[in-house]
Amino acid sequence: MTGLFSDVFLSALLFGAVTAAVPLLLAGLGEQMSEKAGVLNIGIEGMMIAGAYFGFLAAFSFESLWLGFAGGAAAGAVVSLVMVLLCVRLGLNQIVIGIGLTLGLEGLTALLHHVQFSRTYPRLPAADIASIPLLADIPIVGPAFFQHNPVVYLAVLLVPVMVFIYRRTQLGLNLQAAGDKPAALDIAGVDVVRTRTVAVLTTGALAGLGGAYLANVGAGIFVPFITNGAGFLGIVLAMLARGRPLWVLFGALLFGVSLSLTTALQVAGINIPTDVIQMIPFLAVMIMLVIFGRQSSLPAALGIPYERGAR
Amino acid sequence: MSVDTAPEMSPDLEATEAVETGGLGQAILHRTLLTVGPIVIALVIAGLILVTVGVDPLAYYGYVIQRGLLSPTGIQQTLTRMAPMLFLAAGLIVAFRAGIWNLGVDGQFLLGAVTSAAAAPLLAMVMPAWLAVVIAFVMCTIVAMAWSLVPALLKAYHGVNEIITTLMMTFLGISLANVLVKLVFLDPGTTVPQTRTLPVEDRLPRLFDTTISSGLILGLIAVIAVHLMMTRTSFGLKLRVVGANPRAAVHAGLGVPWLTIGVFALSAGLAGLAGAVDVLGVQGNVRADWNPAYGLAVIPMVFLARLNGFASIAFVLLLSVLSIGGESAARRIGVPNHFTLVLIAIVLIVLAIVEYVDHRYLSARRA
Amino acid sequence: MTSKATSAPTDRQPIVALEGVTKRFPGVVANDSVDLEIRPGEVHVLLGENGAGKSTLIGLLSGLQQPDDGRILVDGTPTAITSPRHALSLGIGTVFQHTMLVPTLTVAENLLLGGPWWQRPRKDSLRAKVDEISKSLGIAIDLDAYASELSLGEQQHVEILRALIRDSRILILDESTSMLTPSGIEELGALMRRLVERGLAIIFITHKLKEAAAFGDRISVLKLGRKVGEIAPERFRTLGEDALVSEFVELMFGKRHGDPEDEFHAPRPSIEGRPPVLSVRGLALAPTAVTPGLTDVSFDIRPGELLGVAGIDGNGQKQLAEVLAGQTPQDGGTIELDGRRVETLPVGARRDAGLRYLTDDRLGEGTVGTFPVSINFFLKQIGTAPFWKHGIEQGAAIDRRARELIREYDVRTPGPQTPVARLSGGNIQKVLLARELADGARVVIFNKPTYGLDLANTLATRKRINDIAASGKGVLLISTDLEELLGLCDRIAVMSGGAIVGTVDNGDDARPAVGRLMIGLAA
Repeated sequence: MTGLFSDVFLSALLFGAVTAAVPLLLAGLGEQMSEKAGVLNIGIEGMMIAGAYFGFLAAFSFESLWLGFAGGAAAGAVVSLVMVLLCVRLGLNQIVIGIGLTLGLEGLTALLHHVQFSRTYPRLPAADIASIPLLADIPIVGPAFFQHNPVVYLAVLLVPVMVFIYRRTQLGLNLQAAGDKPAALDIAGVDVVRTRTVAVLTTGALAGLGGAYLANVGAGIFVPFITNGAGFLGIVLAMLARGRPLWVLFGALLFGVSLSLTTALQVAGINIPTDVIQMIPFLAVMIMLVIFGRQSSLPAALGIPYERGAR
Repeated sequence: MSVDTAPEMSPDLEATEAVETGGLGQAILHRTLLTVGPIVIALVIAGLILVTVGVDPLAYYGYVIQRGLLSPTGIQQTLTRMAPMLFLAAGLIVAFRAGIWNLGVDGQFLLGAVTSAAAAPLLAMVMPAWLAVVIAFVMCTIVAMAWSLVPALLKAYHGVNEIITTLMMTFLGISLANVLVKLVFLDPGTTVPQTRTLPVEDRLPRLFDTTISSGLILGLIAVIAVHLMMTRTSFGLKLRVVGANPRAAVHAGLGVPWLTIGVFALSAGLAGLAGAVDVLGVQGNVRADWNPAYGLAVIPMVFLARLNGFASIAFVLLLSVLSIGGESAARRIGVPNHFTLVLIAIVLIVLAIVEYVDHRYLSARRA
Repeated sequence: MTSKATSAPTDRQPIVALEGVTKRFPGVVANDSVDLEIRPGEVHVLLGENGAGKSTLIGLLSGLQQPDDGRILVDGTPTAITSPRHALSLGIGTVFQHTMLVPTLTVAENLLLGGPWWQRPRKDSLRAKVDEISKSLGIAIDLDAYASELSLGEQQHVEILRALIRDSRILILDESTSMLTPSGIEELGALMRRLVERGLAIIFITHKLKEAAAFGDRISVLKLGRKVGEIAPERFRTLGEDALVSEFVELMFGKRHGDPEDEFHAPRPSIEGRPPVLSVRGLALAPTAVTPGLTDVSFDIRPGELLGVAGIDGNGQKQLAEVLAGQTPQDGGTIELDGRRVETLPVGARRDAGLRYLTDDRLGEGTVGTFPVSINFFLKQIGTAPFWKHGIEQGAAIDRRARELIREYDVRTPGPQTPVARLSGGNIQKVLLARELADGARVVIFNKPTYGLDLANTLATRKRINDIAASGKGVLLISTDLEELLGLCDRIAVMSGGAIVGTVDNGDDARPAVGRLMIGLAA
């Protein structure tokens, strides 16, 4: 029986933290882009679970993890398309549609899974790991951070990509204008609806990818409601990160640690009931919101559909 | 950030528009179409989903109605199931009319259920059953209200979006409820993890000779009382002002932070009572990992009813039929009751679309 | 006001022409068969009171709306201007009345909005271009400042610059002077002159007759959606300012003399020697990221006195009103109403004591649009008798009093149950007037009361304000319309940066004194 702060425990904890953080990171980055552009995407949980199920289905049916990831991203994007059509184009209430999408997809994926897999509950083989040479040999930190499925590295690389987009491209300016003062963007000759569409579709794809990772790599299996609030945690991350992709990464790692405590503690031989452990991430969220909530700055036009020349 | 309720669904605007455009009869027809329409369309779309998984939709719907509405045992179960849902509807109406998205109702429900399940059997051993039940009700209301305090304060004083905070509290609440059931209030007398069971004779009485719980009556009273409060009292009007135009509320000198906290408390308390009614009237105890998740399912019903208390009763009945029938269908036909969730979600989305189409069409007509 | 250049080439080919253009909205014809020609090298003024259809025309020209009938010709070819992007590509640049800059972006970033999305913003080539244009126009632009940090006048310069960078041939200025000081207005006039000399065409929209006379080369007068007259440059140059104003008045309102907004108000009884009804000392409010604060604001208002507050919008006037009314708690200072300290009382209690506040934001803050007119009358009295007894709504009492108020204040509404958002702007204003003035007002604070109203309602409101003061109440009139203040007030205080920088007695030299105070020179 090894104790707390042993190498094995720390390694397991950090490894688990990264694995748990990736879906949160992807969801958070995606939601951040939507919110920057002025769309409050409550349906992100639905996009994640759609990505989880269809990603699992694709990986299982085609026996390819990469097709699984692609399928998950595509599924998430398709769901976000509904949001684009109804909320960005027609201007329906973003919260009502978001709740509808989340509930509907949670039910639909559970239904489909039951019909297809409830007797067999198939598992996926363990995901391939890509070790980064040299770095993977560092004690404790090596196996924890540098022996992951390639998607993990992709997700982390996404952070500087987002920073680049926001700070150094016209697209970044367009997104910020769409969220802060869409009328000004319209007058400058840029299509506000198209800008927001890009943002929401990206969110859907990233969330779907995150869900696919959760099912295919994190768990190796799909069970109904597997995301268990990961999408909403992504919204929290986006809210607290105040427009900075790097902070989404830190927040995701933080929550990842709290999520991975269960397995890590079991490895360390300490037995705290699962339900207590499960409270920790949400407790952490509430504490963060209490401390930092009032400073979460959200774009001015968030949640308000854009109508040109509205009377 | 303050979020208004779906702007297309303002109940006050509907009321006055009804009288002005072409008479009461036409208004009623219009309203009926706008309400029944989304349900029918949703049934069709959901039916298509059933087809893709190899189930005959007509057979399924027929079975659901047969089992949930037409059979004697079924209708009694349906009416009993309505009790907690009516309390939830009442809680949601209060919140939505005041512009607050209280999505924490499921967490408040569970904690209210656990509180009453833990308290009632112990109290019943030392006092008359009716008193135990009343005290259990009070306790669960307080617990549920307390559970809404953090999101309420964050919203009232820091403007933190309550959608996220209440959702997080729900997840937290579900886990906490499990912890309480498994670790704190565990019944030592059984092997199944659950709280002590309240004996049947101590639970809420049944109505006459039926198996319908008297919780139904309590639920009806709750919804009607909430409706009357919102539409006829000054307190209700203040809440509606905050919901319709928060800046006007400040301008008019309404104490918005206190009203906000009050709304959260009221809404959460009613959700907690829903949990208590279910436990003390039907279940008798709380099993581990029990989470019927009625809360979010009631949301589309309340919107269908345009946040009107009386109309909500009809839609809650509909939901209850679907729920009871769906559970039965899960056993018999093999369609899991997740399908009910899908159907409800489709209703919500279709309703929003229909409202939009109507809004475009109606305003074009008025030109 | 500046004089115009004496030579301007006439009969140039119009860049843009409107032929029989009509635009309808539910319940109103905003533009009715309008013909218009915009020529280069000319300041073409569109003159009309609020509601005449000027803003709609701009919307059509800048691509925000499409006409229902008629056609628009660009360089002689019928063209449908389908979007703002299209309008920009045709050379039509618009500076709207309310600033269209993104506050969280820098000036440079705002100017670069609209480039191809994958590119890096080209800040260096922008800098070069901006330097060249701003030098030739004599204006200074800080490219690295955030748009939110600029004054309103500076923001206007940026937007004009943006149009020029896009090689606009037509510059549309929509009510651009409403936010400027008198000297700022003169500067704008001179800038327009320089732009027109470069060959630009300018469409200058206003409802101020004097500005139209001072800055225009050609005038088209709009009334209720129709063009009722045009004065060509030749005729324009031969008439003096007064004659021009008379001609405008005749076109806009029929046979009258002089600017109707110069209406004479009946003199009010003397206010000397009576104790003040409102006494404010040392009022202070901390500034926030988006609002200016208040610094040591002190003044008295005597019963029957009309004190005006002038100043550029956004210098603390709104905050002053909100602090006085009780909406925002102050950080220091005292407020006395009839000798009684009220600064600790909430909104309702101050209102009961007689302190009333009529907000400028009629639908956003003053009323709940979806609620009936009757409820809006009593929005600040929810729960009080006789309209509520033990918390229960007394529909009959509410209805009865609502009907009385509707009659008394001439509110045009289908009924007391009509949602207030359905009423026209002037009638919503009347609802607010009825609410604040009826029963026991002692001091009334008005914030921009005639903003956005047509002439009839504007005059009626001003008369009512005058009558209120005449009846012995105190009035605080906050306004950006200097003419309005000069026409009504006994004294005018000028606010700048959250403080009162000076108070001027109304008289012949009040106008220049106020102007000097507004730009920071002592009176």
